Amino acid sequence: MSLTSSQKSALPLPSFPKALTGIVGLDEITGGGLPKDRPTLICGGTGCGKTLFSIEFIVHGAMLYGEPGVFMSFEEKAEELVLNVASLGYDLNQLQQDKLIKLDHVRIERSEIEETGEYDLDGLFIRLGHAIDSIGAKRVVLDTIENLFSGLIDQGILRAELRRLFEWLKAKKVTTIITGEKGDGTLTRHGLEEYISDCVILLDHRVANQISTRLLRIVKYRGSMHGTNEYPFLIDQSGISVLPVTSLTLTHDVTSERISSGIPSLDKMLEGKGFFRGSSILVSGTAGTGKTSIAASFAHEACNRKERCIYFAFEESPQQIIRNMRSIGFDLQQHIDAGLLKFHASRPTLNGLEMHLVSIHKMIEEFDPQLVVLDPITNLITVGTVSEVKSMLIRLIDFLQSKQITVMFTALSLNTIVSEQTDEGVSSLVDAWLLVRDIESNGERNRGMYVMKSRGMKHSNQVREFVITDEGLHLVDVFLSPEGVLTGSAREAQQLQEVTGKALRDYAVNRKDREIERKRLVLESKIASLKEEFESVQDELNKAYVEEELRKDVLEKNREQLIKNRHNEQ
Amino acid sequence: MIEQVITPDIHSDGDGQKYELRLFVTGASINSIRAIANLKHICETYLAGNYTLEIIDVYQQRMLAESEQIIALPLLIKKMPLPQRRLIGDMSDTEKVLKGLGIAHTS
Repeated sequence: MSLTSSQKSALPLPSFPKALTGIVGLDEITGGGLPKDRPTLICGGTGCGKTLFSIEFIVHGAMLYGEPGVFMSFEEKAEELVLNVASLGYDLNQLQQDKLIKLDHVRIERSEIEETGEYDLDGLFIRLGHAIDSIGAKRVVLDTIENLFSGLIDQGILRAELRRLFEWLKAKKVTTIITGEKGDGTLTRHGLEEYISDCVILLDHRVANQISTRLLRIVKYRGSMHGTNEYPFLIDQSGISVLPVTSLTLTHDVTSERISSGIPSLDKMLEGKGFFRGSSILVSGTAGTGKTSIAASFAHEACNRKERCIYFAFEESPQQIIRNMRSIGFDLQQHIDAGLLKFHASRPTLNGLEMHLVSIHKMIEEFDPQLVVLDPITNLITVGTVSEVKSMLIRLIDFLQSKQITVMFTALSLNTIVSEQTDEGVSSLVDAWLLVRDIESNGERNRGMYVMKSRGMKHSNQVREFVITDEGLHLVDVFLSPEGVLTGSAREAQQLQEVTGKALRDYAVNRKDREIERKRLVLESKIASLKEEFESVQDELNKAYVEEELRKDVLEKNREQLIKNRHNEQ
Repeated sequence: MIEQVITPDIHSDGDGQKYELRLFVTGASINSIRAIANLKHICETYLAGNYTLEIIDVYQQRMLAESEQIIALPLLIKKMPLPQRRLIGDMSDTEKVLKGLGIAHTS
């Protein structure tokens, strides 16, 4: 499937006038609608939505584009039509009264008619012409014209008359839709309408693996480029919506705003700021590793910031998730009550992959969230092949990024080999990838988490132990020991051991300190006694010295006395 | 253009009921002219004096196209006797016209 062709069709040829259908998505594929003033054939099998398609074309024309329309039904009576579309909120009776549309039921019963020779369909022309003129119609639907073939026998006349009818409609300058049942090997039973129509749209209702998908394809469109893919479409309460394979232009704006994951320790691993707004985040891991808890935490945090969030649950019911998350301290109910959080739970097998994509699109368009969670994408694989799932996710991511919506996927990996691709191969598409895995040792299982990649930011390369507590989610540093990474009770044991070791070490240090103190004291006292000893020796020495000095003085004095005495005697 | 061809009813004998016929045509198209001629001939031959024929040009009364469920033209509606029958075409196939009108004919 080419992903780029639809992009081309978004640029219509300026000269080619088109009539908008007002059907979501179709106008994008056709580059502005159906060929104006020309006939378009919508064909398909029973129950593929032909009548609804054409009714929408008429009603939208009347209500949105100011183009009144005639709906000529060969199958359903006007009253039946009114009832059938009332559920879509269209009041055909009112529109009829306002002269915006005209319903005309053409009853044709073969058993009542006898063909008695040459005839023409002038009656139909007059009737249609009158209807068109009475309300100034710009749009006409003939549903289903081939009922004429079953009502009238002469096919030759019919074919010629239908050709004339188409020409006449063109001349009347009305945009026409003709519906036709799909025939064997041809687009219509009588192989006529597709050749005389300027545009042919084929509707299909395909069932694969018991899952039905409605598909639309533009088979031909004279004078205009158009998307050639099969586009899935959805019929729901609001009518038809076609999902164009959105262009993979990769031109969306980016922001460097960061948003918290709701797990502070995880934010810390991402530069302390969390993820980029508008990025896509994949959380993968084996069963029971807490992927949903991470997703719920992210959603909880977003709602706490007063942002809107849609949670697409493919496995659990909303109530189940709310109950389970309450046990780890996330009250999601309050956000639902506040209108911030919306759960959308559906089994993947409810409808085809493309249908899921269409409904996700629709919900997002309606709710305009800032965060989308898909939990888990792996379950989608039950309704499609890997490549289909991948292509769907590419388109989804593309769509979300163009809207600056942050998206978190969870994915269940079936094996624990880390280096392997994620199951849907989306790992290359996402901006950030968290891996949660089991770490099994010492007879217990613990959760380890690390950031596989996170574009545009520094992120921790550490394995963290991921702990789920009553108060939420935490990441704990794991312990590295000679035996390897320690988690869980082994980590706790190791932590205890370390505490003990520290106490012992502290004690040892204290004892040594005290011994040193004591030694110091001993030495100090020794020094003091030696000092005393030295002083007494010094005193001893000083004593002799003083005595000697005194003796010398006394001797000196005695001699002087003697001299004096001698002199006196003479 | 409404052309009424009324054959005066003398006495309704035999099957009693009078044939009430309406022929819808489109102006002066070939089929229309042929149909009128053929029908008149058949009526004169088989229903002489026991029918009313109303010829209506749908172009003149376009509203009728919807209310009378007209698609193919020329169209002959046998209003009476019941059941109603619709015959389309230029009435050139006399057998079929007679069958449609419910006239047992012996040739």
